[in-house]
Amino acid sequence: MKLGVLFSGGKDSLFACWKAMQKEEVVCLITVVSRNPESYMFHTPNIRLAALQAEAAGLPLVEVETAGEEETELLDLERALLAARERYGIEGVVTGAILSVYQATRVQRICRELGLWCFNPLWLADQEAYMEELIDAGFTVVIQGVFSSPFDDSWLGREIDRSTLDELRAIARKYQVTLTGEGGEFETFVTDAPFFAQRIAIEETSKVYRNHNGVLRIERARLVAK
Amino acid sequence: MILLIDLCCRDGSLSRDEFVAPVERLLCRIGVPFATRHYTAVGAPDLEAADAAILCGTTLMDTGFIEHSFRWLTTFERPVLGISSGMRALAAAFGGGTGPCCEIGMVNVRVLAPDPLFAGREVFSAYTVHEDAVQVPGEFLPLAASDRCVQAIRHRSLPLYGLLFHPEVRNEWIVERFVGLTGRQSP
Repeated sequence: MKLGVLFSGGKDSLFACWKAMQKEEVVCLITVVSRNPESYMFHTPNIRLAALQAEAAGLPLVEVETAGEEETELLDLERALLAARERYGIEGVVTGAILSVYQATRVQRICRELGLWCFNPLWLADQEAYMEELIDAGFTVVIQGVFSSPFDDSWLGREIDRSTLDELRAIARKYQVTLTGEGGEFETFVTDAPFFAQRIAIEETSKVYRNHNGVLRIERARLVAK
Repeated sequence: MILLIDLCCRDGSLSRDEFVAPVERLLCRIGVPFATRHYTAVGAPDLEAADAAILCGTTLMDTGFIEHSFRWLTTFERPVLGISSGMRALAAAFGGGTGPCCEIGMVNVRVLAPDPLFAGREVFSAYTVHEDAVQVPGEFLPLAASDRCVQAIRHRSLPLYGLLFHPEVRNEWIVERFVGLTGRQSP
């Protein structure tokens, strides 16, 4: 079955993509770029780098802009899925939803309207096992946004390796934070994945941080050989 | 041992992680042994070894299981929990049809009749993803409903349950109670 993966550039959508590739044919990545930083569904600081990630993965990217208002962005998502069907013949959609009934429900409804299959391979995943598998499988994941206590600006740009995962575990135990960041506590950017032909080298960044809210802006990045 | 049945389009499908694995993890947490089989591969030895059976759901477009006969459910006599598509398979085995009633997302479920599965609960919020509702077969009772359709059924004399919603999402307590019933049925 030809599938399009709803893609934010973060670990969940790319891990879901990798899962889907093991069972079906992934023919494109689909991204909705929000102009609203408070976007309900598609908030992510470096979404413009999705094209670089798609190139690293050797997959075409279907990119649709949204003003990022709660209701119209669903129409924009529908527009993106229609474009992916027209251009690449997708029969189904893959998302990286783990716990968010809100996110899963919205996508399910649009898929039903369009007659597309809907797959959520990380649905209700065990957070520990997922994070371990992510590292073991060879994903390189960088923290590109922090949105809750106790994360300070030192977290921006950190790679989630084993020692970072240990620290995240300790934080998850102590604070109301999920290990995966599923509650929006932090956001990630993937620079390498097992199916990437090239990896992304981040060459220049800047940080914006205030009151436990911060983003790492990737100013310059390029593809390099693995 | 609980026989966990995968109703997805094929064994090892991409939907398995979404509809079967969460129930497997829940059974692990509850601490009850189980064996998972794809519905096309359920054999007599699996049915003989089972103290109970759980039929898992499928993604909305995945309805291939409807073509399959689940007649063994009519003579199984041990506890069964059919989840969403699994409820449809259970009802179909007893001659129950379906009618269009699409619900996607959280719905309020009202308990209609006393039953150990829902004891002490009158209304709860449940996660639904279904295109059709099940017409309650003659040998079954409606146990709970949303504003739009029947959400839970039970056989009049046997511990056979069907749930239209997904209890593994935010209502794990229902699966725990079902497993508890299984314990009581075991020799």
